[in-house]
Amino acid sequence: MSEPRLRLEGLRSRLVGPFSLAAGAGECIAITGASGSGKSLFLRLVADLDPGEGRAWLDGQPREAMPAPAWRRQVAYVPAESGWWGETVAEHFPDLPAARALAARLGLKAEVLDGAVLRLSTGERQRLALARTLLGAPPVLLLDEPTGALDGAAEQMVEAVLRERLAAGTAMLLVTHDPAQATRLGGRHMVMAAGRLAPVEDPPG
Amino acid sequence: MTPTIVLAPGDLAIAAFLIVLDAVLSVVLRLRLHWQLGVAAARMVAQLLLIGVVLRAVFALASPWVTLLLVLLMVGVAGREVGARPEQRLIRLGNFAVGGIAVAFATGLTSVLALTTALRPDPWFDAHYAIPLVGIVLGNVLNAASLSLDALLGGVVRERAAIEARLCLGATSRQAMAGLVRAAIRRGMLPVINQMSAAGLVTLPGIMTGQILAGIDPMEAVKYQILLMFLLSGGAGLAAAGVVFLAARRLTDPRHRLRLDRLAAK
Repeated sequence: MSEPRLRLEGLRSRLVGPFSLAAGAGECIAITGASGSGKSLFLRLVADLDPGEGRAWLDGQPREAMPAPAWRRQVAYVPAESGWWGETVAEHFPDLPAARALAARLGLKAEVLDGAVLRLSTGERQRLALARTLLGAPPVLLLDEPTGALDGAAEQMVEAVLRERLAAGTAMLLVTHDPAQATRLGGRHMVMAAGRLAPVEDPPG
Repeated sequence: MTPTIVLAPGDLAIAAFLIVLDAVLSVVLRLRLHWQLGVAAARMVAQLLLIGVVLRAVFALASPWVTLLLVLLMVGVAGREVGARPEQRLIRLGNFAVGGIAVAFATGLTSVLALTTALRPDPWFDAHYAIPLVGIVLGNVLNAASLSLDALLGGVVRERAAIEARLCLGATSRQAMAGLVRAAIRRGMLPVINQMSAAGLVTLPGIMTGQILAGIDPMEAVKYQILLMFLLSGGAGLAAAGVVFLAARRLTDPRHRLRLDRLAAK
């Protein structure tokens, strides 16, 4: 395929950028960097959640040519802090059977989908928010610390599901504080400093 | 309608003794309220006398332009109040613009409707009817609009994560804000619903009381009050919905973003 899955050119806001990069189908770009360096702002900018300049393409389709909701369904951002608009967990999932199957693969107990959002632990919320997005099968995922609140076992399950998506052709921009995760999932590794992205040459081994 | 009992200055002076009584209570019980009480009482007398003079002059002029000017002034002050109440502010004086437009629209529509259909004074803009009517509608409209605006602006900050979660899943800004918009409009309409439910049982509404004191037959006073209650609830609903839709528009953009950068930093 000639066109990369996701291409950014001169994307910038008042606070961060400009960013230019391309991610092919099945490619994961891991992004590390200090707190406040602009990692989350970068993902928000790609998702068109913050106003800015520059251009972005999905499979060669320019972002400005499609309505913002259509773009966000396909270039899906999962923030580090999840948001919930209803009281019960179930009302956030239009397809409950599919949600149950995916939740199990992410190491969640079956009951969590029948309970209230307020009763969820931080780790459960994080995985359910990821599941909510994955169920829409977006071709590009913008993940902000997807395993930040998880223990080792849960982290492995989440990474297994993410690897499967990569194998199926999903492109990923993955913000993580864990260099080991960057190595495990990331084809490429970049570092954010003062609102600019730079490539990192991973040390061999 | 000639009042049956005309109050003489002496009658008011006797009633003023009650304020003095309050002041004595304040001194004896060390409430430290006597100074405030005195200032408030003096302000009340001065403000009411002033408005009496103004109204008498405006009624005597019987000019639609002067009436309109006074109405616009009242609407302007109410719009400013609506904008000033919420803790959160829209930038570029957005609160005042949003409050002013919603208040003017709701008050204008309900007042003109009442003057041209139910009350029908001749001419319909007769200041004797138009100004008191606008005044009472404005009071309720102001209350509803400020509660709704405060609920929306406060809610949008508190529920930012939930709204953006919906946007991230491909919702339009209208869908993402719908729950909050409904809650904010409800908030503004609750007082007028309470007022209607309690009318006559818990409270005797002020207008009705005033008319009965002025010698009007209670049934006539009741009919007036019912008309007013309908006007007030109509005005409150229009103002609450108007202020919420206008503010929600300013907090989103055509790319369906939540624009909290359009709220002033506290």
